Amino acid sequence: MIYGLLFFEFCKIGIFCVGGGYASMPLIRASVVDTYHWLSMSEFVDIFTISQMTPGPIGINAATFAGTKIAGLGGAVCATAGFVTPSLFIGILLSKLVLKYGDIGPIRGVLNGLRPAVVALICSASIGFIFLALWNTETMPHDFSNFSAGCLGILILALIAVRKKKSVIQILLGSGVLGLILGLTGMITV
Amino acid sequence: MKEQRHERPDKNLRFFWTLFKSTFMISAFTIGGGFIIIPLLRAKYVDEYQWITDKDALDMVAIAQSMPGVVAVNSAVILGYRMAGIAGTLIALVATVLPPLITLTVISYCYDYFVQSHVIRLILRGMQCGATALIVNVGIDLLVKQIKKQLLLPLLIILTTFIGSAFFNFNVMLLVIIDGLIGLLVLRAAKYN
Repeated sequence: MIYGLLFFEFCKIGIFCVGGGYASMPLIRASVVDTYHWLSMSEFVDIFTISQMTPGPIGINAATFAGTKIAGLGGAVCATAGFVTPSLFIGILLSKLVLKYGDIGPIRGVLNGLRPAVVALICSASIGFIFLALWNTETMPHDFSNFSAGCLGILILALIAVRKKKSVIQILLGSGVLGLILGLTGMITV
Repeated sequence: MKEQRHERPDKNLRFFWTLFKSTFMISAFTIGGGFIIIPLLRAKYVDEYQWITDKDALDMVAIAQSMPGVVAVNSAVILGYRMAGIAGTLIALVATVLPPLITLTVISYCYDYFVQSHVIRLILRGMQCGATALIVNVGIDLLVKQIKKQLLLPLLIILTTFIGSAFFNFNVMLLVIIDGLIGLLVLRAAKYN
């Protein structure tokens, strides 16, 4: 029964996917390409591309799209359900723990250490986002001259909008429209 | 930014609809993955609905980041549970997985068009720049807030974690575990809350 197997496989991937959506990619590959031969490597590359291009959490995109390719809509539902099941149980357990014991010393200490860590990770992620937005590369650009002024324009406008407390969805949609306009007039290339 | 703890809203249908709607939108607009969830969570739950504080949002994302699974799903589960127990968790979870399910089912029928379309690429490129503005803004806000507290140890954690992650590409999980342990050992005092 393909649906049950998909659920079980993606449940396993959900448990071992530690460190966010990207971490699920090698696990999905090992399962759907190497072990079960449900998909070819080139189909897997499609999954990887589409998960990054499509809005939505990358890991969920990947599970959903892999499920669709393997067994249609039912496959998508089973793969996604399997993928999030570990999160459901672990999340509830940890929430209970924090709500109940969050005010006592040790757990408070851990949270006090994690909070600055997250601030640092946001700042570090921001730099990756800036490289991606302005130089279209996720790591330090090799060639800084490859800079996109059109994208900088959108970024600055969006920053002004966010400081003026415009809604984030308006900002994202507006940026998309600006990207299209600037792109069609040749100021942004993709 | 609000610091005081907010009252839990009434658990009526309207509340569950709001929870569903907001989690659905956050999932639909998660662009570029991972930490972009923070500006989105903050705009909705801290600023707009005032269900949680900035500190709660950071705690949630810290826990979501440290557990297995996708950060967006984990934080939806944690937020749902916190706001309305198991029922809240299930609603938030379904609302988080629905947008990808809908989008990708549609896209799977026109995959070739979608990946090759110049128009879609341009729109996504623009949205990427917008997402960058959101995350840069939240990064600066939170950093300024921590600096204003003038506590040496948390600032040292920020600095070393930042260097480890941005310059040396250390594994994020590893950094989070180390910082959690440091917290357990030396940050138990109430002033660090």
